[in-house]
Amino acid sequence: MSGRVTLEVLDPGPLATLQDRGRRGWAHLGVPRAGALDRAAAGLARRLVGGTEDDAVVETTMSGIVLRTRRAVTLAVTGAPCEVRLGRRPVAHAAAVTVPAGVVVTVGPAITGVRSYVAVAGGIEVPPVLGSRSTDTLAWVGPPRLAPGTELATGVPGAVPEPPAAVVVRPRAPVLRLHRGPRADWLEDGAWGALDGAAYAVAPDSDRIGLRLDGPPIRRRDGELPSEGVVLGAVQVPPSGQPVVFLADHPTTGGYPVVAVVADDDLDVCAQLRPGEEVTLRVL
Amino acid sequence: MGPRACLVELEDAVAAASLAAWARAARLPAEEIVPAAATVLFDGVYPASVEAALPRWPAGGEPAAGPLVRVAVTYDGPDLERVAGHWGCSADEVVEQHTSTELVALFTGFAPGFSYLGGLPAHRSVPRLSSPRPRVEAGSVALAGSWCGIYPAASPGGWLVIGTTEAVLWDPARRQPALLAPGTRVRFEAVG
Repeated sequence: MSGRVTLEVLDPGPLATLQDRGRRGWAHLGVPRAGALDRAAAGLARRLVGGTEDDAVVETTMSGIVLRTRRAVTLAVTGAPCEVRLGRRPVAHAAAVTVPAGVVVTVGPAITGVRSYVAVAGGIEVPPVLGSRSTDTLAWVGPPRLAPGTELATGVPGAVPEPPAAVVVRPRAPVLRLHRGPRADWLEDGAWGALDGAAYAVAPDSDRIGLRLDGPPIRRRDGELPSEGVVLGAVQVPPSGQPVVFLADHPTTGGYPVVAVVADDDLDVCAQLRPGEEVTLRVL
Repeated sequence: MGPRACLVELEDAVAAASLAAWARAARLPAEEIVPAAATVLFDGVYPASVEAALPRWPAGGEPAAGPLVRVAVTYDGPDLERVAGHWGCSADEVVEQHTSTELVALFTGFAPGFSYLGGLPAHRSVPRLSSPRPRVEAGSVALAGSWCGIYPAASPGGWLVIGTTEAVLWDPARRQPALLAPGTRVRFEAVG
């Protein structure tokens, strides 16, 4: 790698990983796609520091991350709103900030939402695995999760763009719109219609693999399918009737019926839903 | 299943592997082509384009023979006798059947590089363990239903383990990271 170490991880929080747009073309070998869960937030962070859309960014979970700069860097924090501090000095969220060497950068706990993103001008350089710098947390393909002491190298920064006049992040209602899934015929009569407007709570064991929902059981036929390929956003219904929305690190095949698929545009919403929060389903 | 994917149903895993191999060779524009037990998932496609291409698939045709990989196995698995019990034969006869049958990797699931190998006769089907082992070592050669599989990495598992191999099933640094990618023919050889 040509990059030089510019950042050191002091405290990664419960889970901090590098994520880019994920791996394509390996699902037939059982490799999850991975990639940033909140794609819009990760994309905004990259653009703020003048990065390319393939740059890897840091994805944090709930309690942020603490980094120390080894060299001067320009970075931006987006996604879940949080306090960002250089030493003790607060700086703007969703803005490019140039940080001198030797400064502790604190990305604070998420005030709302779950995942914040840190992009660094020049892009974070780690050797790609199967064409991507994303860490998949199901099979652990890709770079290891960030740990205290992890050193991050960055490439040569391009010009940091003029900051936008105002960064407007569209607030998203906790609503997931559903396409019919390949096994919608496994639903009992009336069960598809019953999904429209149904409210579920986000279960505490939700993660990058799946958003687990807790609420009225979805009534479906008994039995299991032979394993079949599943897509991002697939809504799988195990025999309990409590649905799971497959997120970026989902297994490539599954044996429970996929009765619905979350609209692609709503997957970023899934990335920021906290355990206990309520989400409403809408059928398309 | 959403505007950009479709699932094609087939009669079995052999047909699914054959369609997937054909679609890959025909360069059907899809981000992912994922064969499974009786389906092929086309992801990142316009479903209409898949529908339009399907009639060109010579259904029922034998899938093109893939490369042959020989896998050396030490038949010392904890479930070898159990398999012999299910088959109503001796452990030696299990080894004889397993080493005399050419298997073929039909699809992957469960973990990167875990291939479902078909070709054992249906009457050699075995049930999974009633409670899975918390840890099955990497390289464990195992049976479930009429499938054979090799664990690429240590994991919990409920397949019946008949032996072990030192072959490296999964290495992302290789050009072909999976030793037994779909289409690969497999011959087991007893060692030790």
